[in-house]
Amino acid sequence: MNVNEPFDVFRARLNSGEESCEARTQQYLSTISRRKNLNAFLSVFEDEALAHARSVDKKIKAGGAGHLAGMVVAVKDVICMKGKRTTCGSKVLENYEAIYDAAVIEKLRAADAIVIGKTNMDEFAMGSSTENSAFGPVKNPIDETRVPGGSSGGSAVAVAAGMSSTSLGSDTGGSIRQPAGLCGIFGMKPTYGRVSRYGLVAFASSFDQIGPFANSARDVAHILKVIAGHDERDSTSAKLPVPDYLAAMNRDVEGMKIGLPIEYFNEALNPEIRSVLEKRIAQLRDHGAEFIDVSLPHSEYTIATYYILATAEASSNLARYDGARYGYRSPYAKDLSEMYTKSRSEGFGAEVKRRIMLGTYVLSAGYYDAHYRKAQKVRRLIQKDFFDAFKKVDCLMTPISPTTAFKFGEKVDDPLQMYLSDIYTVSANLAGIPGISVPAGVDRQNLPIGLQLLGKQFDESALLKVADFLEQQE
Amino acid sequence: MSITIKEVEHIAALARLEFSDEEKEKFTHQLNDILQYIEKLNELDTSTVEPLSHVIELSNVFRDDVVKPSISAEEALKNAPAKVDTLFRVPKVIG
Repeated sequence: MNVNEPFDVFRARLNSGEESCEARTQQYLSTISRRKNLNAFLSVFEDEALAHARSVDKKIKAGGAGHLAGMVVAVKDVICMKGKRTTCGSKVLENYEAIYDAAVIEKLRAADAIVIGKTNMDEFAMGSSTENSAFGPVKNPIDETRVPGGSSGGSAVAVAAGMSSTSLGSDTGGSIRQPAGLCGIFGMKPTYGRVSRYGLVAFASSFDQIGPFANSARDVAHILKVIAGHDERDSTSAKLPVPDYLAAMNRDVEGMKIGLPIEYFNEALNPEIRSVLEKRIAQLRDHGAEFIDVSLPHSEYTIATYYILATAEASSNLARYDGARYGYRSPYAKDLSEMYTKSRSEGFGAEVKRRIMLGTYVLSAGYYDAHYRKAQKVRRLIQKDFFDAFKKVDCLMTPISPTTAFKFGEKVDDPLQMYLSDIYTVSANLAGIPGISVPAGVDRQNLPIGLQLLGKQFDESALLKVADFLEQQE
Repeated sequence: MSITIKEVEHIAALARLEFSDEEKEKFTHQLNDILQYIEKLNELDTSTVEPLSHVIELSNVFRDDVVKPSISAEEALKNAPAKVDTLFRVPKVIG
């Protein structure tokens, strides 16, 4: 039984009765327990997932099972599930039990997907290596001395190590695409507003978006089809129809125009990554795609803009963790003011504090215009760069990360170096456009190299089509 | 522009965070590195650019004000660190 096979293939065997969801779920559970040392999961719903699998098996037999019947999904621990711990990788929420289901969880359940557990992550999704979890780092299954990327490291590892068929993560500056790249799987950040954020614990509300990890582009499409769409409980979710992503995946790239941003293919690009991307470009070109150099002139300002705006939003969103209504409360506080300060200081980890400090600073009196407002203006320039490029091309191809998976401890003490590992991914969140990480090859040490495709707002279809084409090439 | 330990203390107070002297020094150093990096934005003339606060086209989203089921007081208090009846309990406000 190959747990990495595409969902379509597995589903056909489920329908014909050759396989069962229960057996498959059991297999994922065994892998989770065998590879516990990877620290990918914070909770595993063993009995519940098996019971659910049995009921889905019955439904398949009886007919009328949902679109994702038989898909076993792991969910990043920043997404609420009623009655389950939702820790956000933080000591602050160590014992927090969600009191409602996120919109994406309702949709997965309605489609008969089975949720197997909640995955480890950088605290409040802040990080690029999953070293910032209060519950210990996640290891990369390909080389356990290396990070899986972050912040959705647990969700990436769950899929890469065969602990679930797909997973959900959240992407604020690259937190789905970068770990997908470092673990050698597919990971998509949909357009801002494509998927409801209802029940997603907020980090930076104008950037956050939920999206899937999977072993194939078609599986990304299957899960996106189910979780996408308007939700009145998230007023930023778009009132647009959800296209039939799978129908668009016809592997015909003839005549497609793909842009290569010259700023991303500069001399600083790692030569091994460049050569893998060039091979992929040649494959597309051989099948009739046209490549065009485009310029995104404000690329060098993306990291600075992102870290001003995202930390500002985070400092405001994380003000809610005050020890009053839920979450960690310090036992040492003598009055209300101390309760706030001590609960927050004892509860949050170093990176979260650093970002709250930076965000508070850029929003504080005297600096708001110079930093926050300035960055909002540059954000418009960055978005315009993309909109201009998309007048000429259907999508863009770029690297996903400046390096392959790095070693533990390599960047954790140098926040700026860590922030720069998001250099190719944050622009999509600044512009609100979709992006997907596609496995493209390996380096000399056999570590995965991913490539990124970026698309027009709400045109995930073009990305899935190219990703699916690339998946068929060797 | 660089940030001093005194400013770090001020920002920490605004953010309701407290740090040891050692942490303050480390944060001052790291924040300075980051602030120096973000100074980069001043290379750009943005005097005629409108700030972007929302990335997709959206105007105000209004809805009718209708009474709908919501979470119960019991659920709202489920994760409370301390409670009395249907109230959150906190330490005294005036010391």
